Amino acid sequence: MEKLHLEYYLVVSIIMFFAGIYGFITRRNLLAILISIELILNSVDINFALFNRFLFPGQLEGFFFTLFAIGVSACETAVAIAIIINIYRNIRNIQVKNLEQLKD
Amino acid sequence: MDYSSFIYLKEELSLIAVIVILLLYDIFGSKKSLTYFQPVACLLLVGHILLTCCPAPAVLAIFGDTPAVDQASAGVYPLFSGMYNLYPLGSIVKSILAVGTLLVLLQARGWLESENTVIRRGEFYVITLFTLLGMYFMIAAGNFLLFYIGLELASIPMATLIAFDKFRHKSAEAGAKYILTAVFASGLSLYGISLVYGTTGTLYFADIPAGVTGSPLQIMAFIFFFVGLAFKLSLVPFHQWTPDVYEGAPTPVTAYLSVISKGAAAFVLMAILCKVFGNLIEQWQAILFWVTIATITLANLFALRQQNLKRFFAYSSISQAGYIMLGVISGSALGVTSLIYYVLVYMFSNLAAFGVISIIERRSGKVTIDDYNGLYSTNPRLSVVMMIALFSLAGIPPFAGFFSKFFVFAAAVAEEYYWLVFIALLNTVISLYYYLRVVKAMFINKNETAIAGFRSDAYTRLSLVICCAGILLLGILSVVYGSIHHYSLGW
Repeated sequence: MEKLHLEYYLVVSIIMFFAGIYGFITRRNLLAILISIELILNSVDINFALFNRFLFPGQLEGFFFTLFAIGVSACETAVAIAIIINIYRNIRNIQVKNLEQLKD
Repeated sequence: MDYSSFIYLKEELSLIAVIVILLLYDIFGSKKSLTYFQPVACLLLVGHILLTCCPAPAVLAIFGDTPAVDQASAGVYPLFSGMYNLYPLGSIVKSILAVGTLLVLLQARGWLESENTVIRRGEFYVITLFTLLGMYFMIAAGNFLLFYIGLELASIPMATLIAFDKFRHKSAEAGAKYILTAVFASGLSLYGISLVYGTTGTLYFADIPAGVTGSPLQIMAFIFFFVGLAFKLSLVPFHQWTPDVYEGAPTPVTAYLSVISKGAAAFVLMAILCKVFGNLIEQWQAILFWVTIATITLANLFALRQQNLKRFFAYSSISQAGYIMLGVISGSALGVTSLIYYVLVYMFSNLAAFGVISIIERRSGKVTIDDYNGLYSTNPRLSVVMMIALFSLAGIPPFAGFFSKFFVFAAAVAEEYYWLVFIALLNTVISLYYYLRVVKAMFINKNETAIAGFRSDAYTRLSLVICCAGILLLGILSVVYGSIHHYSLGW
């Protein structure tokens, strides 16, 4: 069986990254936006692990960055969800179109 | 491992000590003793600032330690195999940020003593100081990992501060907008960093330049990274979140966001552009050229039509960030000096303005420009403070704002950006119009129902006096600029 190359993984991570950006721009629900952002962050994690594994196998910098990035993105999600819950308590809704008190 | 290196982290360690003391005090203090929370917090922060201002070699001499000076770049001590950099310019920026935080804490008292927030008073101080700690790590980072952790430590707690008024929908809405854009921006930055790692094989700032050859992939990586930081700095076209967040956040938090977090991000952007992406200087100067023009011009045009003062200052702070970019684009020692000086002056001017807005919002609930009609007849002293702050922001000569603008323009002219400086100068005229609109409302417009006169609390008055002294003296005392310049020569 042929060994998988770096490019195959990179394609996956690039698709995840741009799907995340697309979702961030087009989704109309705060939770869906949050999930899109998670896609972006996970694609970054894949990138780091992948470059470390294929290009620089002698060191661990990329893997460590992945570990820290996973931890930090968990914090981000927790804070974002706490704020979203607070919004839900205030207006019983988390659709973006209802967040309209602040505008020009 | 050499544990003695920890002595070099005096700024971060003393700030962590302050945070831990405040946290324990908040948890275990009796109800009566907690009324002294603010004085204690401010005094601890003053002690921390004194320690930060003290130059590193002097502190180290106490321990009888001789610092291992890096011969290549005098004055920079790389610690933990280059993960953390101790350098005089960084310590100067850290102490400037700490002074700004102290001023914000002084101004926050009125808001924190209100019924809904008094029970969560301690949290405000602790979270604010945590974001400050994150900025310290960003400034001192010598590795993208520490930089990233610092960036997130500075921006995640910030979202909780913005959403601090949990019964006010606007605050929660602003918090959601902030955290989603901040995480999106850091995701873009991270993608850029991952490509930098993939092409150079290292995350250390000292080693990356050797691997930066200007290949298309690296340029793309740089652009992703830059966009992430541009979101934090709210440069046009990444600025849309700024007015909403500034309007919705509690006013002291807005002040903190517009000054401290912006100043730290600007300095870090310049440090990374010069040190890490120095080989791509032609590319990033070309990008910054257009971003700066767009930032200053569009923000000024939008500021013209604002009625709400917090939105007004949001656009004003975006255009000020554009002026700061004039210092960054030069990429020289002169540029970094003028950038730090600009941040210092901008901090005092903006905090004076926000101090006035905050206390007036507290006492009367009014934040639009029309509400300020006839303010001079009822609150003459607050009006004068506001006027000094606005004159300084607009850059009118006797005040420090003129000198800070002059130095960033001089730095950009030294690198022959004549058109850029010309456009920035034209924009100063536009900005003069909208800043003076507020002054006109306060001094010239007549109003039967002007905001009633009141006496602000001692803490706010102290902070406003410090700000005014800063605005009036910083421009005249050339020693300030001179000493920053002295340390930036080894840049």
